[in-house]
Parts: sequence; structure tokens; C-alpha cells
Amino acid sequence: MKARDCRYERARSLQEALDLLHRHGADARLIAGGQSLVPALNLRMAAPDMLIDIGALDELRGIRLADAGGAKRLRIGAMVTHAEIARSRDVALYAPLLSLAVKHVAHAAIRNRGTFGGSIAHADPSAEFPACALALGARMHIASRAETRVVAAEDFFRGLHETAILPGEILIAVDMASIEEGFRPGFAELARRSGDYALVGLALQGKPLRGRTLFEAVAPVFFSVGDRPIFARAAAQILMDASVADDTRIRLAQAALTDDLNPPSDPQASSATRLHLARVLLGRVVAEVLEMGAGESRDA
Amino acid sequence: MTVHQSTQTPYQMQDVYARHLGIPEANIRVVAKDVGGSFGMKLHVYGDEMTTAAMAVMLRRPVKYVADRLESFLSDIHARSHRVRARMAVAADGTITAMEVDDVTGIGPFSAFPRTSAVEGNQVVRLMGGPYANRNYRGALKVVFQNKVMMSQYRAVGHPIACAVTEALVDRAAEACGLDPIEIRRRNLLTDEAYPYKSPTGYVFERLSHHQCLAGLERACDYAGLRKDQMEARKRGIYRGIGIAAFIEITSPGPAFYGVGGAHITAQDGCVMHVDPSGSVRCQVSVTEQGQGTEAIMAQIAASAIGVPIERVRVISGDTETAPYGGSTWASRGASIGGETVLITGRALRDQLLALAAVILQEQPSALDIADGVVVDVGGGRERITIAELARIAYYRPDTLPPGVQPQMTASRNHVPRGQAFAFTNGMQASHLEVDVETGFVRLLGHWVVEDCGRIINPMLVDEQVRGGVVQGIGAALFEECIYSAEGQLLNGTMADYLVPMASEMPDIYVGHVSTPTLHSELGAKGAGEAGTAGSSAAVLNAVNDALRPLGARLSEIPMTPERILKALKKI
Ligand SMILES: Cc1cc2nc3c(=O)[nH]c(=O)nc-3n(C[C@H](O)[C@H](O)[C@H](O)COP(=O)(O)OP(=O)(O)OC[C@H]3O[C@@H](n4cnc5c(N)ncnc54)[C@H](O)[C@@H]3O)c2cc1C
Repeated sequence: MKARDCRYERARSLQEALDLLHRHGADARLIAGGQSLVPALNLRMAAPDMLIDIGALDELRGIRLADAGGAKRLRIGAMVTHAEIARSRDVALYAPLLSLAVKHVAHAAIRNRGTFGGSIAHADPSAEFPACALALGARMHIASRAETRVVAAEDFFRGLHETAILPGEILIAVDMASIEEGFRPGFAELARRSGDYALVGLALQGKPLRGRTLFEAVAPVFFSVGDRPIFARAAAQILMDASVADDTRIRLAQAALTDDLNPPSDPQASSATRLHLARVLLGRVVAEVLEMGAGESRDA
Repeated sequence: MTVHQSTQTPYQMQDVYARHLGIPEANIRVVAKDVGGSFGMKLHVYGDEMTTAAMAVMLRRPVKYVADRLESFLSDIHARSHRVRARMAVAADGTITAMEVDDVTGIGPFSAFPRTSAVEGNQVVRLMGGPYANRNYRGALKVVFQNKVMMSQYRAVGHPIACAVTEALVDRAAEACGLDPIEIRRRNLLTDEAYPYKSPTGYVFERLSHHQCLAGLERACDYAGLRKDQMEARKRGIYRGIGIAAFIEITSPGPAFYGVGGAHITAQDGCVMHVDPSGSVRCQVSVTEQGQGTEAIMAQIAASAIGVPIERVRVISGDTETAPYGGSTWASRGASIGGETVLITGRALRDQLLALAAVILQEQPSALDIADGVVVDVGGGRERITIAELARIAYYRPDTLPPGVQPQMTASRNHVPRGQAFAFTNGMQASHLEVDVETGFVRLLGHWVVEDCGRIINPMLVDEQVRGGVVQGIGAALFEECIYSAEGQLLNGTMADYLVPMASEMPDIYVGHVSTPTLHSELGAKGAGEAGTAGSSAAVLNAVNDALRPLGARLSEIPMTPERILKALKKI
């Protein structure tokens, strides 16, 4: 099958893009890198009358460090490509979780065109960046003809490909607090082949207490285990609970994932398999972040 | 009618269209240029292609049909659907004393035309235990219809299943007898004195080289070193496995294979070769190109048969109108049968050129030779006349030749294997891998093949055929599976959901050779295109089970997905 015929406009400014969206309403679809949308068009899972290309909008470009009342925040334009994320020194310094994650996003050719904003807006439950955004408490900047509003990641992801973006709106940027002293990122996923969407993945950032299995703060977010990225609250609670014995904490946190996750079954893996794999990943990523690293078998 | 088609057998299709559409065969032209990977899938007759041709006849105008990926998934043949129960009896010293196999194979709603879907299962039960000396064998095959996509011949038809079942049993026998997997194979493989040998299922092996291949494999993979590493790794909680598989491979089928069933599928090939006025050679041959390098090999053989540089040979194939009738490409027959055809045609043309040169030079033909496009003296190699000059005289100035001389610048030959039903090949494979016993993920660390395809015409092409074949077998072992719902819906009909093996996951693949040329042809080549596929699934299966052995887990189903491995480990 091939894509249905449709009209195409390349917007020259954010305002023009918003006007076009307004004029064509539900018949129009934004196209950024096209790495998710074009396959969907070709499979006729999407068949809009009109494509509005936001690829030329300068307003959506660039990775910038901003000072907001003394606190540094990293702002990533919606049209920043996966490849730019991978190359960025600022991302490595201020949002290193993204630098870890980007290696697992698709293949090099797709990373050259796929965009950070597209990934967030597409909200694939198996995608890496939405999970990272949630773990980092990122904020989404969403423009409409009337205003630009800011939505926290925890309110943004609503379900399978569903977000807080309303008809007529464009995601223009995502920003996040720069990583604080003592915090460390951890990331792992299990994909059948390199570049594939993972069977299960975990993006985590936390502040471990030296010499213990305890975290002062930790945000473990799983992906590919539900209809959106899932913050494992019960597991996080245990990882931050000083009253739990150090040598049982990780095991208990792994067990607590039963409360956090209820993964779907599909031909690749059953719910039980995914839950098991999520536990293994939690154990491994926490160990890595705690720099225990013992028993690690994976070579570079 | 002209049909442009992605097929590996244009002449078979010419016959099919003629008979089914009622058009004289001479009025049908099938063009199938380098259509890319075919692997047997493009041997069969498909409804959509017949419909397209029929529509063109009915409408009296061109009709084009392009299938999309999902349509291909749902209408091209699937492969290797088997449920096998098998057992093996062994004496305490590891000697295999009997083997029994019951295979049920699902072929979809009907049998593929014209090659049937029964060949696959037939070869599974006939190839079981093939490398070994045991003579007590019972095999039974049940072919069942299912509400699924049609299943039929695909690269290494039947071999990967026969090999995986046999080799898994041999490993279990080794375990039961306390023998090393290499040692039990050494004790049971057909010995070098056994040939010619007729297997219990009636296959005849002219001469195989199991023991040289096994010794070569053991050296190539540093078997002792791998075992040592395995023991050390286990102490660190790392589970690595080494899997060995012996295989035999059916290649180059003779005329009885399809002939006895009455199918119009020729086992012979044809070649027409001529020298043009510039002295270049045009070689029209019935074997076709799908990316495996057929044309390169044919050019190589023609060039050396005549004595011209390879750049002077142009190979033309893949069009029923421009190349003579023949079997084309299937069953690892291109280089051996097509190559032999080109060889004998090239020699005939060479003799004709020498006869002409002898007239012009007033020499005996036997005193002359052709080297690098020049007629030379047999003794001393003095250059006498170029082929280009011969051609110039033959085409433009035959009036200068003695009366009655008719220069013959074209030769043609047909060739069909007569001495044996198949040219069997053999080899050994080893897989080295690591199983992550918490996740069920497998990391391939290395793969080795030592094989014997007879005379090697082009080492690089042979090696890459073997490597590609190995990767295909690894795909079956770890990734590829058509998943159906209980209602018979195919659930993974996209390349995102149907996992083919990709480069990142593949190990380095070592390819080594033993060469036992067949004496039934001058060329001595057997087939090489399927050998890699025949044994690699088995090697990977045995390696995974070898890795898991200390944990008491064993798999008997492929692909070995993380989930199946976790289930075997009782982790889920
Ligand atoms: C073979 C393959 C493998 C892949 N593997 C992975 C993987 O492992 N992990 C992963 O995360 N992704 C993967 N992807 C997807 C890839 O990362 C996409 O690039 C990304 O998901 C979408 O970005 P895009 O710029 O291509 O968006 P597009 O495809 O252009 O758009 C996607 C959707 O988002 C909407 N959209 C885009 N930008 C905006 C915006 N600024 N505001 C509002 N709506 C917007 C579009 O309207 C559309 O609905 C893979 C893709 C392919 C083809």
C-alpha cells in the first residue's frame, strides 16, 4: 500500500503554521522528521488531506541553556533531530539521561531526520524520549494562535499516541531543569535487534546515598510496558525508604513493580515476560547508578 | 505475450503460461533480469501473477501488478513449518544404533504448483541422520493442510529441520554417554572408506569429507580454547555455549528429480556462445542471476575455457528470448550444472577458433593454444594471431580463406547431470554464543563453517554464499517466525514485526574449505548456495542448549526467543 494523495504546505513561520492548522482543522497533520508519520501514511494508518511541514521553522530549532531565576534549564527545540541530541555537549552536561537514551533510538539514518519534538508529540509508548521526559520532569511548550502554554510531562502523556496537545496546537520546545549535584542518570532497554523498539526499557535519574542502596530521590520510568511511559512509584518509594534494609531494598523494589506495572501481552512478549524483564532492568540500572556494577557481564 | 516477472525460473514460467493460458510456448517471452534475493520463494506459481497475465490476455493490453509488503507476506510461500518427534538409540560407547522420526508439516491450504509442498517434508525425513553411519532408521511424514499461508520450498529445503533435529539428538546422546560433542560425531560420521555410500533413505554420496571438515572446524574455532573459556566464564556466572552441527546438502539435482513426477521442469541447461567481430565473447546461458554472482562465475568459466580475458566475456541471461532453454536457478545448481554447460560450450568454441587459426597459420590445431585472447604456440607460447584478428577475417574477409572453409564462430551445448541423482556436499558448523540467563537474550560471539562444495570456482562468492546462508539459518534459530492468531490471522506481516536477522546482531563468520571435486563433471563443482543455511540453525540451537546445560534448561523449539528461553529457565 502507498500513502493516500494529500496536499502539502511548508510553513515559513510558526505563525503561518498555526494559521494553516487553524484553517484546515482536523483534516491537517503536522509533519516534522516524518519518521513515524510517513510509515503510518504508507500503511494508511493515517490518511490526512493535508500535510503541514514544520521543518523550516527557525522558532523550533536549537538547544539552549537558559537561566530561570538562578536555576539553569535546558531547552530543546521541537525540530532538534535525534542526531543533534547525540552530538550536543550541552545535553551531555545538563541532561545526560538523553545522551544515554539516544543511542537506542532507531538507526543512524532515522536519527538524522527524526526529531525530539516529533518523538514527544507522537507519544509512542515504546519510545525512549517520552520516558526520559517524564523521568526528568520536563515541561512541554505548546503554542496555539492564542497563547503558548506549558504542560508538565506528568500531565502530558495521556495514552497511546495521545497527549495534551489540542487541535490547532504545535509543540515548540521541551525544557528541563539541568541535572543537579549528586544526581546520576541510568538507562537500559532490551530490544530484539539494535535499533528496534524495546520489549521493555527503563529511564532513571536519581540521587544515591553513598555506600547504601538508598536514594534521596529517584525517578524510574519504564517504557514499552503500557499505553504511555510509566513512573514506577511503588518501586521508587522503596528505593527512597530508609527503614528498609540495604540488602533487601532492590529486591523489594523489584517485587513492588507488580503494583506499578501491568504490561500488555503481544506476539513478542507476554505480560509476565515484560514484568520479569522490567524487574531485571530495575536491578541492573539501580546497580549501575549505585556503582555497584558487580556481576555485570555486558562487554562494551 | 511478454511477462516481466520477479522469478528465478523464467523457462518454467514460460511453460506454465503457455499451458494455462492456451498460448503457443514460442509466443511467450518471460523476462527476469537480476531480480534480487529469491531463495526458492520465486520458484512457485502464484495466483496474483497468473491473474495479472490472464488479465493482460483478456484485456489485450499491458497490465502491471505490484504487491505491497503485507500482500507479499500473505501470498508468497512461507517455509519450514514442522512439528517433529524423534528419538535416537546409542550404545554406551556413543555409537548411534537407531533413529526414529515422525514429522508433521503444515503446508497451508493447498500444495504449491508445480513443485508441490511435499518436497520439503520428504527431504526432512530423508536427510535425518544423513552424516552418520547408522543404518537403522524409520521416518514417517504427514503433510497436513492448514488455514494459513502456503508453505513450500525455501533455501536448503528440509535441511535445516533435519539437521537441527539430528544434531540436537546427537548432543543429547553425547550427554547421555558422557562424551564430548566433537568426539561423539567423530565416532559416528561416515568414514572415508565408506564411499560411494547409499544412505538408509536411498541417497547416494559419491564422496564426502566429514572427518577433514570436523578436524578443520576444531582447529578453526580453537575448540579446546572455547571450552576452557566456557568453564572460566561459568565461574563468573556467565553462560556461554558451543554448538556443533554436521550437515549434508543436496545440490545439483539430476533429471529424475522432477522428471519422474511429470513436471515440466528441466534439469539441463543450455549455452550459446559466439565471438563477435571485435573478438569479444557473448555467452548466452539459461542459469539466472539473483545477486549471487552467477554471471561473474559464468564469465570466469567461459574466459578460462576459451583463453580470453574475463573482461572480454559478456554473459546474457534472464530472458527466454535471448538465452537458450534451461533449468535456471534452484537447488544449488547454477555453478555446477550451468557452469559445466558453459565450460563445455567454451571448449567447443575454443576448438572451433583453433581450427580456423590452424587453417590461417597452416599449422596443426594441436600445436596451438589460446591464452589471454591470443593464439599461441603450444610449445614456447609465441604469439601467432589474436582472436580479434581471427574474428575480423572470419566475418569480413572469409574470401581470403582456402576454398570450402566455413569459419564457425558460434558454439552451443546442453548439459544435464547423468552420473548421479544429486551432487551431495557436506560440512561442519560451530556456533559460540552467550545467553543472558536473566533476560533470555542471546549474544552471538562467533560462527565457523568448514565445508566441501567440490571445486571452488570463485572463493569470494562461495564464502559470501556460505555467510549469507549462515545468517539465514541464524534468523530461523533466533528471530524469524510467522505468528498466527488462533483464528489463523497472520499477526506480524510487516518488517517491523517479522524480525529478520540484521548485521548488528551477527557474529563474525569464518568460512573454511575442504575440496572434493565431483568426478561426474569436468568442472568438479558441486553447489554452495544452501550449505550455510543447512547447518547454522542446528549449531545455534545446540550452542544455546550447551550454554544452559548447567542450569538444567533445554530448548526444542525455534526461534529461541527471549521468552522461550526464560520459560525453559523457569523464570516466567
Ligand atoms: C525503522 C524505525 C525505527 C524506529 N525506532 C525507534 C526507536 O527505537 N525509538 C523511538 O523513539 N523512535 C523510533 N522510531 C521513530 C523515530 O524516532 C521518529 O523520528 C519519532 O518517533 C518521530 O519524530 P519525527 O520528527 O519523525 O515525527 P513525524 O513522523 O514527522 O511526526 C510524528 C507525529 O508527531 C506529530 N508532530 C511532529 N512534530 C510535532 C510538533 N512539533 N507538534 C505537534 N505535533 C507534532 C506529527 O503530526 C505526527 O503525528 C523509529 C522509526 C523507524 C522508521
